[in-house]
Amino acid sequence: MRKLLAPEGVDREAVLAGEHFMTGDDACAEGAIAAGCRFYAGYPITPSSEIAERMAKRLPQVGGVYIQMEDELASMAAIIGASCAGAKAMTATSGPGFSLMQENIGLAFMMEAPCVVVDVQRGGPSTGLPTLLGQSDMMQARFGSHGDYAVIAYAPASPQEMFDLTVKAFNMAERFRTPVLVMADELVGHMSERVVIDPDKIEIERRPRPEAKPAEGARILPFGANGRGENGVPPMPLAGEGYRVHFTGLTHDERGYPQIDPETQERMIRRKIRKIWDHRDEIVEYEEVELDDAPIVLVAYGSTARAALRALRLARERGLRVGMLRLITAWPFPGRKVEELKDRELIVPEVNAGQMAREVERWARKPVHRVNRLGGAPIAPEEILQKIEEVA
Amino acid sequence: MAVSVRQVEDEALHVIKTDRHPEDEILRKDRLPHIWCPGCGIGVAVTAYIEALKRSDIPREQHVVVSGIGCTGRVAGYVNLDSYHTTHGRAIPFATGLAIANPELEVTVFSGDGDLFAIGGNHIIHAARRNVDLNVICVNNFNYGMTGGQFGPTTPEEAKTTTTPYGNVEDGFNLPYLAAASGAVYVARWTSLHFRPLRDAILRAFQKRGLTFIEVVSPCPTSFGRPNELGEGLDEMEWYRLSCVIDHDADLREIGLSMRKDSHIVVGNFVDVERPEFLERYERVIQRAQGQRSAAQEVGPESKRDQAQAQGGAA
Ligand SMILES: Cc1ncc(C[n+]2csc(CCOP(=O)(O)OP(=O)(O)O)c2C)c(N)n1
Ligand code: SF4
Ligand SMILES: [Mg+2]
Repeated sequence: MRKLLAPEGVDREAVLAGEHFMTGDDACAEGAIAAGCRFYAGYPITPSSEIAERMAKRLPQVGGVYIQMEDELASMAAIIGASCAGAKAMTATSGPGFSLMQENIGLAFMMEAPCVVVDVQRGGPSTGLPTLLGQSDMMQARFGSHGDYAVIAYAPASPQEMFDLTVKAFNMAERFRTPVLVMADELVGHMSERVVIDPDKIEIERRPRPEAKPAEGARILPFGANGRGENGVPPMPLAGEGYRVHFTGLTHDERGYPQIDPETQERMIRRKIRKIWDHRDEIVEYEEVELDDAPIVLVAYGSTARAALRALRLARERGLRVGMLRLITAWPFPGRKVEELKDRELIVPEVNAGQMAREVERWARKPVHRVNRLGGAPIAPEEILQKIEEVA
Repeated sequence: MAVSVRQVEDEALHVIKTDRHPEDEILRKDRLPHIWCPGCGIGVAVTAYIEALKRSDIPREQHVVVSGIGCTGRVAGYVNLDSYHTTHGRAIPFATGLAIANPELEVTVFSGDGDLFAIGGNHIIHAARRNVDLNVICVNNFNYGMTGGQFGPTTPEEAKTTTTPYGNVEDGFNLPYLAAASGAVYVARWTSLHFRPLRDAILRAFQKRGLTFIEVVSPCPTSFGRPNELGEGLDEMEWYRLSCVIDHDADLREIGLSMRKDSHIVVGNFVDVERPEFLERYERVIQRAQGQRSAAQEVGPESKRDQAQAQGGAA
């Protein structure tokens, strides 16, 4: 029986190199395989099921395991377990399943277990619009689990980005020993486009690992970086290596031992948050489109950014100077960049009642213009254009 | 696995001579004292596990303990092994991930009746159906000890708990019957009085591939014993001595527990069967997938499979 240890570098045998015409969901699965994911646990849900189906087909080809769990609570718990044994592990879901995963996303944060969760968003709340577009889990991505924590979340806008950002999600999960979210949406998940997969361009990162060999008496501190280790990320011992570690969801000290007091809470939870927050410049990504001369700026992400780009072009044709800030990481949020834009008129189109618009307002310190739909259909470029004309 | 009287005496002498606790090396001494109440049955189950571990020929570093949340859930925190204390109800799926990602691990889930059969009830039946290679040890104390003694999925009808002040109107699960019906390859029930049979059952569970289930009927004097006229821990153990009936061939449908003083507790090693474990079967999937892929790429299946195995790590 094989161990599903993450491959050292790019496993060229496994990567589906070449130019393809594929859906975002398929590209996401290929990104996971290319990144070295060898364990997938999930529960089918539209519009993410194609990721599960592709993983069921592809993982055994590359010596990995696809397991279909009984629900999303189990799926999330299983990928954390697999991660603790050294596998790169992923699950994919949509709104209802994402809700069920929240408690254990907190556990992954607490245990500092690298893993990737993909949410192909549909319209909510509740069962909502199973087959139709939504972007209304963006705040849940940030705050969905209880307690204070930090999270890394990407918002892909094309099948190519479904591939690229899934690879990146694994790398960031490993670099920072933390769960990373890919906040896709139905449109991006189901659209087919050209996806180029070039193994030479893929970078693979692996979690920091303890250098000291396990020895009786000599213990390492699996939660001990305390800001001093590289990136403030402590090396991660794996199950079965002989370190005799203890991992718990209880507030714990550097050894991993439960320590239920306010001082440990401050020290340990702050360190876990800071290892991400202090490196936000390294994590945060966005795309700037014709920002320089633009008094009007669209702030958009995911599939809606494509409509925003079209609106920008139409506006420019009409002589309106419009730019766009496209969020690639939704979390950490590119707050400083938005702060720089605070004197522009900001328009935030999104397929929800205004979730990221709040965050934009928080950094711009003023109200923004919103273009919203509660889900079911994409926002048309013309709707955004209309708002641009109102604002101009 | 029978142990001679001589061996037992030697162990006893060892304790007297060295003033070292025999379980020292497998307990995290720096975490003691533990949180459990006097008379609690959890400690006996832990000691039985540790004694089984000492007799197990699986290397110590391959043994892993996973717990959920509860008094029993704290077991993971006291054993000096790789140990994972997860969320309430999720020990089994977490352990599933561990066991599949590293099949060399001997993963034991140690948790309470509420954790495994109420909030986590869905997971145990599916893990048993899939026959994942896990040992599940359930300390059944018929209530939610940790949160102050509310009723749970094994609380018998009429029992008094903090949330059944007028008596419980629900029936409790019959755990061995449930585990066997779900597909567990090994099912046993012992009590915290039955230290040696329990230890040997755990040892047998280590040897089995697939999902094994052991129920440990245990006193929780603090929250269940006192309100239900079972008295202190020792009183309840005395009652176990009088009321337990060993019957390995018992009809599992008939062994539900009322925990009334006039009832019997049927204990034994009820099920011991062979059924291919999840990964053994998944190996078939891997062979087929790699065969198909190499055929599609017009590469000889042999060489392709070798490459894939080399990249997949240890055989
Ligand atoms: C999601 C969630 N719900 C509720 C709780 C509170 N809680 C902690 S332990 C427990 C019950 C444990 O009972 P059992 O598994 O029988 O363990 P025991 O304490 O009896 O050993 C409950 C309800 C929790 N920790 N998490
Ligand atoms: S409350 Fe009950 S189960 Fe918990 S430690 Fe006390 S006796 Fe044991
Ligand atoms: Mg209990």
